[in-house]
Amino acid sequence: MIPAKFDYKPAESKEEALSLLAEYGDDAKLLAGGHSLLPLMKLRLATPEVVVDIGSVDDLSYITDKGDVIAIGALTKHRQVEQSDILKEHVPLLAHTASHVGDPQVRNRGTIGGSLCHGDPASDLPAAILATRATLVISGPSGDRTVTSDDFFTDFWETEVNEDELLTEILIPKYTGEKWGFEKFNRRAQDWAIVGCAVQGGDNPGIGMVNMGSTPVRAAEAENALRSGSSSEEVAGLADSGLTPPTDIHGNESYRRHLAKILVQRALDN
Amino acid sequence: MSIVGAKVIRKEDPNLLTGRGQFVDDIQPVGTTHMAFVRSTEAHALIRNIDVTAALECEGVVGVWTAADLNLPALPGVPGLERPALATDKVRFVGEAIAVVVAESKYAAADGTELVIVDYETLAAVTSIDEATADNAPLLYEELGSNTVAEVPTADDHQAIFDAAPHTEKIKLVNNRCTAAPIETNACLADYGPAGLTVWASFQAPHHLRNRISAWLGIPQDQCRVITPDVGGGFGQKINFTPEFFVAPVLSKILNRPVKYSQTRSEAMTSMYHGRAQEQEVDIAFDDSGKILALRVFASQDMGGYADGTGMGMPVLTTAMSAGCYVIPNVSIAWRNVLTNTTPIAAYRGAGRPEATYLIERAMDHISYKLDMDPTEVRRQNYIPEDSFPYPTHSELAVYDSGNFEGALDELLNIMDYEGLKEEQIANRTNPEKPLLGIGFSSWLEIAGFGPPGSLEGFGHLGSWESVQIRIQPDGSAIIYTGASPHGQGTVTTFAQIASEYLGIDFDKISVRHGDTATIPQGIGTMGSRQVAVGGEGVKNASLKIVENAKSIAAHKLEANPEDIEVTDGNLFVKGTPSKSLTWAEVATFSFQRLELPEDMDPGSLDTTILQEVPNFSFPSGAYACVIEIDKQTGDARIRDMYLVDDCGTVINPLLAEGQVHGGVAQGIAQALYEEFSYDENGQPTTATFIDYLMPGAPDLPSYKSGRINTPNPNNSLGAKGIGESGSVGTPPAVMNAVVDAVRHLGVTHIDMPATPQKIWEVLQGGSK
Amino acid sequence: MSYPTSMTINGTNYAKSVDPRTLLVHFIREECGLTGTHVGCDTSNCGACTVLLDGDAVKSCTVLAVQANNHKVTTVEGLASEDGAFSPVQEGFRQEHGLQCGYCTPGMLMAATALLKEIPKPTEEEIRQNLEGNLCRCTGYEMIVRSVQWAADNPDGVPVAIGESS
Repeated sequence: MIPAKFDYKPAESKEEALSLLAEYGDDAKLLAGGHSLLPLMKLRLATPEVVVDIGSVDDLSYITDKGDVIAIGALTKHRQVEQSDILKEHVPLLAHTASHVGDPQVRNRGTIGGSLCHGDPASDLPAAILATRATLVISGPSGDRTVTSDDFFTDFWETEVNEDELLTEILIPKYTGEKWGFEKFNRRAQDWAIVGCAVQGGDNPGIGMVNMGSTPVRAAEAENALRSGSSSEEVAGLADSGLTPPTDIHGNESYRRHLAKILVQRALDN
Repeated sequence: MSIVGAKVIRKEDPNLLTGRGQFVDDIQPVGTTHMAFVRSTEAHALIRNIDVTAALECEGVVGVWTAADLNLPALPGVPGLERPALATDKVRFVGEAIAVVVAESKYAAADGTELVIVDYETLAAVTSIDEATADNAPLLYEELGSNTVAEVPTADDHQAIFDAAPHTEKIKLVNNRCTAAPIETNACLADYGPAGLTVWASFQAPHHLRNRISAWLGIPQDQCRVITPDVGGGFGQKINFTPEFFVAPVLSKILNRPVKYSQTRSEAMTSMYHGRAQEQEVDIAFDDSGKILALRVFASQDMGGYADGTGMGMPVLTTAMSAGCYVIPNVSIAWRNVLTNTTPIAAYRGAGRPEATYLIERAMDHISYKLDMDPTEVRRQNYIPEDSFPYPTHSELAVYDSGNFEGALDELLNIMDYEGLKEEQIANRTNPEKPLLGIGFSSWLEIAGFGPPGSLEGFGHLGSWESVQIRIQPDGSAIIYTGASPHGQGTVTTFAQIASEYLGIDFDKISVRHGDTATIPQGIGTMGSRQVAVGGEGVKNASLKIVENAKSIAAHKLEANPEDIEVTDGNLFVKGTPSKSLTWAEVATFSFQRLELPEDMDPGSLDTTILQEVPNFSFPSGAYACVIEIDKQTGDARIRDMYLVDDCGTVINPLLAEGQVHGGVAQGIAQALYEEFSYDENGQPTTATFIDYLMPGAPDLPSYKSGRINTPNPNNSLGAKGIGESGSVGTPPAVMNAVVDAVRHLGVTHIDMPATPQKIWEVLQGGSK
Repeated sequence: MSYPTSMTINGTNYAKSVDPRTLLVHFIREECGLTGTHVGCDTSNCGACTVLLDGDAVKSCTVLAVQANNHKVTTVEGLASEDGAFSPVQEGFRQEHGLQCGYCTPGMLMAATALLKEIPKPTEEEIRQNLEGNLCRCTGYEMIVRSVQWAADNPDGVPVAIGESS
């Protein structure tokens, strides 16, 4: 219930955050909405010596139409993503997925950047980021760099973002089609998905899976089938191909494989 | 107009709605220190060493103690099997308290516990009854030679009846381990000063706790005060003698400062005692018409790491109630209590009766499967008829007082469209767009209103009565003091309603006090659905006694006969001559004035205390039905409707009664579909937080359709049976019968609780039982 | 380490120096003495700690007090009007028996208040969905739903004096 002690360093700007990260290195963790970090700290599964609070860096919270892409500041809250008219029009999959994260209280605090940087394969937004073929902008001591969503999630709870870097922006291509869907299978409405999927059609279709591996993953074989015009049954049949879903008390590997297929089919058909 | 039976809104609410409730953690006397436990991370281990050096040096820590430092007696429990207050040489379950830290703040206490180093020698753990009873199983108590601490064999297994019967069926059932998990965890605050000890506790029985604490500490009861302020839910889980209630007073005395303990949820998940965890082997013999000829039950009760007295009693209640609402001429019962390296088991809403109802109601459906008979028809073949009461059963404990079981089923069928549902069920099977539909019934009966003399003494209580004192104030308002100890039931409201009815004093001029051993002389506490059935009866009888005295005073002043005095709406008046009247205020004032009183009456007569007894338990009953939809592709089961007909006898407040049923039903649904407290093979809990232990939320539960019938309790003049546990007793079999009903056409006859989507999916794949 | 933290709670300013790891719920309860907000779990599931932060419902157990520095908090103690009249949500819970033990209630009231600001006339499904972050063990939720519906149907509440029964 009670986090371990830490030094608290609020940052007023991106630059200040980067300079604090440079100073404290791997002793420091970034705090945004706190809904990935604080639960870990309260169970003392994370015990950073320094917490750099970027929650007040208002200029990293925005949703802007940039022509071909929508730019989302990393500190934009799930609630804002959920309710954004711009996203509902241009990347409806993302807005819809955000509405499934946690519960209303969580969505009022949690940020898209915080969720993505947590790198949890059981989270909803990473699947949508994969499916929408987003690009992520990471700021560091030597400036900004861009990483594709495919390269962003590197290992269990680990991402491309280094100790001295900050995710600042997510760029998502606009999607003009009608074929998109997010399906989340869970026991209680507030639970993480046992399995979930985010699907977006178009020329370069994406199928991002929730809780089907040790990182957020795409169902690449299913995507290929979708790209080549296969039926939704055929696409769905490949939803678990090449993936190794976990076994835990909420579902074993076989059941998860089965769910993956059903959910992808439903996302395509509905 | 009668206030008993009216939907009166609660007196309790204004404080609770404005944040003015007083729960234990809200109370903070000057100088309060904070206590935290170091708890075992091993399921079964020897303790080789406990190093507290670093903890002692932690900023804010005032002290760290182990069993060796404190030399405490064992906690009150089963003789020979008592649990130590702090683990001594060995730990027997994950979460067992090993050491205790006291600090200036909660935060420092948490830091301190992290720094205590416990050196364990891991032993093999047993986490199931099968493992614990296997040959060469690791033993929790070497000296016992076995993990089975009690075994009660059957007197007669009726094998001859089974041999001769047209049909027999053997069923193995598991009543899954659950934790009550009230939203407020255990909490206590001990302040042991020169004038004695005060303990605030989130507990269901203040006097019971006071009696135990004072005996355990070796101090006289007059110097020990227990206060149960607002209590955030109990469900039977807040009546156990866990270490905090005993250790906090000891440390408060040592430190000469108040010591407060607010349990974290993670601690609560393993250290508040669990419920259910019972396995049953059930044999039934029946004829072609569906009549049951014999029932044989062997219940194996998982006790967890320490045998709790209440836990020992669970299979006693289960086997006593195994015959349910039915005429069963030959019943054979047997049980055993088995220790495992898991959290100890005690009472959880229903306490032994949900287990009984589940077994008999699943058995009834098994008969329906075997004979291809409608489950409601099977039940009709076997109901105890309405005119059979009092109805003795195979168990001395259970002499049913009243009931109309067939009537409840009829009323249930009235409020649902059974025929329509059956048609829909058939149509849905072949429609890929539609889910599988299941309809499940539960005709249930339970034993409540604890209880007749001797019944609660068997569970370690002082008596089986409940105390009610009513005192009329000089201005005619009334205060009720009771040993009943509510934690959400609305007793302050229902008792005031009853008193208002029988005193003729306005509801708004009646207060109810509870939860303080300093102001309530004696009490037993709240468990076993007894507040209204026992305490409420006491309120009525105390009211009538006072009215008798009031009438004497009024008669004296009005120069009439006491028999001619009537009481209503705050006035006492002469029958037929309403102008000859006195207000309650006037009569109450006179009651204190010698010169105003009849010769044979002393001042102070409008004050009476009753230790209300009841001659028998009460037997609430009812009929529930569940309509469930199962997603054919995922196996996900969602309840579409719950139909609930309750018979609790007289209802004091229909709003509150309905609330109690809803809450019990929700917990019953949760047990059937969502909740199971589980362990891995090393005894590590796998559902130790609210992330993994799936208590349903609002979107996960249906709305409830209620009906009611009423067969009054003949054993109290109110006619009330109690209703607090009914929902959790009657619901799980209704749900599970519905789940199996939904997949019956595939040849399935059983699915264990909780019926998770994966389990159901596996059944749909052809892995049927 | 002690960090100066100041916030407005129910219109009153509170300024304290706190250990930065202090959870907002503990700040509210222990530093400010407002014990109406409760703690029910340690994994952000139960919602008993729900308060409004700048008008939005949040779980105060998953917010550091320092994160609320210079912000506005509303707790259950701030729902009734100055003269003690209940808010429509409070009155709804009283009329429809939306509480039994009362422990989850402050969090429910805050979540329901936030819900009705966003959706003044919610359907039953919307009420249940939007209360997904608040667990109750006593009521089975049906009467909580009725309570919120009452508040939606009676946006002006009913000024019933405390102590009167209906």
